[in-house]
Amino acid sequence: MSESFTKPQALSELDRPNSYIGKSVPRPNLDRLMQGRGLYVSDMELPRMVHVVFVRSPHAHARIMAIDSSAAKRMPGVVAVVTGRELSVVVTPWVGVLSHLKGLKSAPQHAIAIDRVCWQGEAVAAVLAESRAAAEDAAETVVVEYAELEAVTDMRTALDSATPVIHSSLGDNLAFERVLDAGEVDAAFAASDAIAQAEFVFGRHTGVTLEPRAVVADWNAAEARLTIYQGTQAPHMVQNIAALHLNLDESQVRVVCKDVGGSFGIKVHIYADEMATYALAKMLRRPVKFVADRIESFNTDIHARDHRCKGRIAVKRDGTITAFEIDDLTGIGPYSMYPRTSAIEANQVVNLVGGPYAAKNYRARARVVFQNKNVMCQYRAVGHPIACSVTEGLVDLAAAKIGMDPVEIRRRNLIADDAYPCASPSGLRFELLSHHASLNKLLAMMDYEGLRAEQARLRRNNIHRGIGIASFIEVTNPSAAFYGVGGAKISSQDGVAVRLDAQGAVVCQTSITEQGQGSESLTAQIVGSVLGVSMERVRVILGDTDQTPYGGGTWASRGAGIGGEAALQAAKILRKNILDVAAAILQSSPAELDIANNTIVNISDGTPRIELRELARIVYFRPDTLPPGLQPELMATRHFVPRQYPFAFTNGVQASWLEVDTDTGFVKLLRHWVVEDCGTIINPQLVDEQIRGGVVQGLGAALFEKCIYDERGQLTNANMADYLVPMPCEMPDIDIGHVVSPTAESELGAKGAGEAGTAGAAAAVANAVNDALKPFGAIITEIPLTPQLILTALRRI
Amino acid sequence: MTAVLSISLDVNGERVETRVFPRTNLADFLREQLKLAGTHVGCEHGVCGACTVRVNGEIVRSCLMLAVQADGTSVETIEGLSDSGEISDLQNAFRERNALQCGFCTPAMLMAAQDLLKDEAEPDRARIREHLSGNYCRCTGYQAIVDAVEATARARKGRRP
Repeated sequence: MSESFTKPQALSELDRPNSYIGKSVPRPNLDRLMQGRGLYVSDMELPRMVHVVFVRSPHAHARIMAIDSSAAKRMPGVVAVVTGRELSVVVTPWVGVLSHLKGLKSAPQHAIAIDRVCWQGEAVAAVLAESRAAAEDAAETVVVEYAELEAVTDMRTALDSATPVIHSSLGDNLAFERVLDAGEVDAAFAASDAIAQAEFVFGRHTGVTLEPRAVVADWNAAEARLTIYQGTQAPHMVQNIAALHLNLDESQVRVVCKDVGGSFGIKVHIYADEMATYALAKMLRRPVKFVADRIESFNTDIHARDHRCKGRIAVKRDGTITAFEIDDLTGIGPYSMYPRTSAIEANQVVNLVGGPYAAKNYRARARVVFQNKNVMCQYRAVGHPIACSVTEGLVDLAAAKIGMDPVEIRRRNLIADDAYPCASPSGLRFELLSHHASLNKLLAMMDYEGLRAEQARLRRNNIHRGIGIASFIEVTNPSAAFYGVGGAKISSQDGVAVRLDAQGAVVCQTSITEQGQGSESLTAQIVGSVLGVSMERVRVILGDTDQTPYGGGTWASRGAGIGGEAALQAAKILRKNILDVAAAILQSSPAELDIANNTIVNISDGTPRIELRELARIVYFRPDTLPPGLQPELMATRHFVPRQYPFAFTNGVQASWLEVDTDTGFVKLLRHWVVEDCGTIINPQLVDEQIRGGVVQGLGAALFEKCIYDERGQLTNANMADYLVPMPCEMPDIDIGHVVSPTAESELGAKGAGEAGTAGAAAAVANAVNDALKPFGAIITEIPLTPQLILTALRRI
Repeated sequence: MTAVLSISLDVNGERVETRVFPRTNLADFLREQLKLAGTHVGCEHGVCGACTVRVNGEIVRSCLMLAVQADGTSVETIEGLSDSGEISDLQNAFRERNALQCGFCTPAMLMAAQDLLKDEAEPDRARIREHLSGNYCRCTGYQAIVDAVEATARARKGRRP
C-alpha cells in the first residue's frame, strides 16, 4: 500500500510513541475462528430448545384458502405448528416507511402470511420440533390450499393500468417516487456539442453470506425477558423492533451477537421469519432456533440492485460535461423492508449520479414499484454501484462521442481538489475529496500509457483487452440524516466505555459490532494507543445490548469513523483520570507524566515510575493510601455522532484490465486497481482487505451474480450451483493505493472504507469490456456481463 | 427415517462408537452429535466448501457424505488439525495476512489449502487459486488467502533439507 496526504498531519494523542494507529497489526482473537472454535448462532444450543422450519409459499402471489396441519402435528418430535393468524396474537404487523422519504408507502406485513402470500418463499406456517430434521419432515406434510393470483413481476409494466394492484389499499403499485431538477438541464442539453444516452440494466442479486441468517430466541417467562441471539449488524435496532412488535419494553429484550458468518447489509434488517422466531419463543415459552437453509436464503434474504436506469449526458467539444439526466426504475418486491425501507437505494441513485463531477445541471427521476418477488433492500454500497455505473458509463460514452480519451475527459470534469467544501447539484455536501490526486496515483500505479500500448499491440494479434476507469464517491459515517430524521429508532450515535481493571488490563465496551471487518481491532488499536497500553491488554466487548453502550452498530461504513472516535474520546478521559491518580501516588503532576508500555513514565525522559498494574492495585485494593478527597474514576464513557456533515463522503477511483474472448464471450479479469481516500487509516491492512473484499463483491455483480425470475415470479436459480459467486480462480489480484484526506469533524479523522470497493468495481469492468469491444462497435450497458450478453452484442448469436 | 445404525470411526484420533440415522450426513453428525462445530454448513449441496473435512487423508465435503459412509474411516476436522499443530504455520500466515474476516469459510479453507500444500511444494498463485476454487469466501476477495498460502509454501520449502 502507498499513501499520499492531501494536507499536513497534525500530531495528536494518536501519534505517541508505540502508537498502533496506521499500523497493520493482526486482528485479535483470530485463533478462535481459525481453529473452528468460534460461536456462530448456527452453532448455538440451549436447554429445551426447539427448531423452527417454515412452510413457504411455492407461489409468487396467491390467496391462502386453507392450512391443514393435522398430520404434521402427529409427526414424531413435533412440538407445534403455528399459522400466521395464530401468531398474530403475539406479534403485530409493521409498515416499512420513513417520513423523510416523502410519499413512500407500503402495506402491513405479518411475521407469517395470513390471508395471502405475495412472493415465492413467504412463510405461511411454522413447524416446531425437537430437531431440524423432524421439523422438516413434518413441514412436508402441512397441506396448504392456495388460489393462485396473477403475479406482478415486470417492473416496466407494474404501473400500467392493466396490471393488477398488489395491495389494493395503496391504490397502485408505486411505492416511492423522487424527482430532482437542478440547474438548467434543458438549456445545457440544447447548448451541448454532443449527447450520449443509454439504458443501464442491473441484475437483481443478493449477498450470499456464507453463514445463512440465524436466530435463537429465548423467552424466560419468569423474568419476562426475551434474549435474542442473532448475527445482526445492529443489536439495538433489533431490540427496539422486537420490543415494539411483541408488546414489550425495550428493557425486556436483550440482543446478543456472537460471531457472524458474513453480513454485507443482509443482516442489518428485520426479516419476517426472524420476527416470527422471537414471537414463537414467547408463545411456546422455550428457546426457538431458526437457521435459514440455502434455498431459503436465496428466496428471503434481501435482494438488491435490479434497476433499469435511462441516462443522458451533455458534453461540449472541449470535453466539458454540462449536464446529466437519469430516469431510474426499480422493483422492490411486495413490501418495503423494515425498518430501513426499500426506497433508500433508488434515493441514493438520485443523490449520487454525477457526484464526482463539477457539472451543475442535473435532472433525475426515480420510481420504486411493488412486484411479487422477494423483497429488496440495502446491501453493501447501497445505490452506489448503480449511480457509479450510470455516471461512468455515460462519461465514457460522451468521451467516445467527442473522440477524447476516457482519462482526459475525467481530468477536465472531476471536481478540483482545491474546490472544497462544496456541494453537488443533488445537495450532497463534500468536506474534502481528492479526485485528481487519486486519479493521478491510479494512473501511475497501473502504468496507463504502458497498458494502452500493450492493448494496441495485442489487438494486432486479435487479442481484445480493455481498460475501464471509474471514479466514485461513497457515503460514510452517516448522521441522523440517514434514518433518525425519518422516524426510525436506529441510533446514528455510538458509545464506548473503557476501564482499567484491577490487574492493569483494559476492558472496552463498544456499541459497534464485528462481522469480520475489524471493529474489535480498530477499537483496541485506538484505545491501546491513547492509553499507552499494549493491545494484548485491551479486551473489547461488542454485540450485547446488556453489556455495551447504546449505539448504531456496524453498517454504512460507520464503525471506524463513529465508533472509533467514541473510543478515542473515552480513552482520552480515562488516560487523564489515570494520570491524575498517578500524580497523587507519585507526588508529581499529571503534566509531568505519561503512559507508555503499560507503565506510568516521566514525560521528560521516559523513566518508568509505576506500572499500571501497581497503580490499579492501589486504586482498587488500597484506596486508603490515596490522598483524602481523591476518588479515582478508572472508567470513562464517551459517545460520538457527526453533526456538521450529514455524511462524510469519501472518494476513489478504480481501474480494470481485462480480456474478452470474442469467440466464447468469456471475460478474464487480469488486474484491478483502486485508489481510495478514507481519511485517517487506523489499520492499513484491514482497510485494504475491506476494499478487496468489496471489489470482489462488485466483480461478482459485474460478471456473474443474478437472481433469475421467470414471468410467474419463480426464482429459478436459488442454489449455489446456479447462482454464481466469484471463485478464487476467476478473481484478479487487486492493487490498492490511498490518498489521505482526514475529516475535520472528528479528532480521529477517519471516514469509512467498507463499501468503496463495491461502489466502483462493476463500473470499471463494464467500461473495460466496452473498451475491449470498441473495434466491433459493440456497447453493452447491462450487468452481469454474461457470455450470452457479450456474444449477442458481438452479433455472434 | 429408518432405524439407527451403529458406526465406528476415528475422529481426530479418538475412537467413536455410536449410532446414527442412515440419513444423517457427516457434517450434521460431526456438528450435532459430536459437537465439533468447527465444520460449517454453508449450502448443504456441495458447492460452497465450508464443510470440508478429511476422511482417510482426503478432503471431502461432509455435507455430501453420509455418516454411515464414514464407518471404519479416520475423520479429521479443523479442531484436530489445530490441536495436532499440523497447520499452525498456515494459521499464523492467515493471521498475519488477515486472510479471514468473518471466519465462517476459514476452517474449510485451511483444510483445502493444507491439502494442496501436502502434495505440492511450490504451487504458484494460479495453482493456489485453482485448488481453492471449491471453497467460497464472500469477505476477503481471496487475495489475502492466496498470499497466506503462498507464503506458507515458501516457508515450508525453505525448511526442507
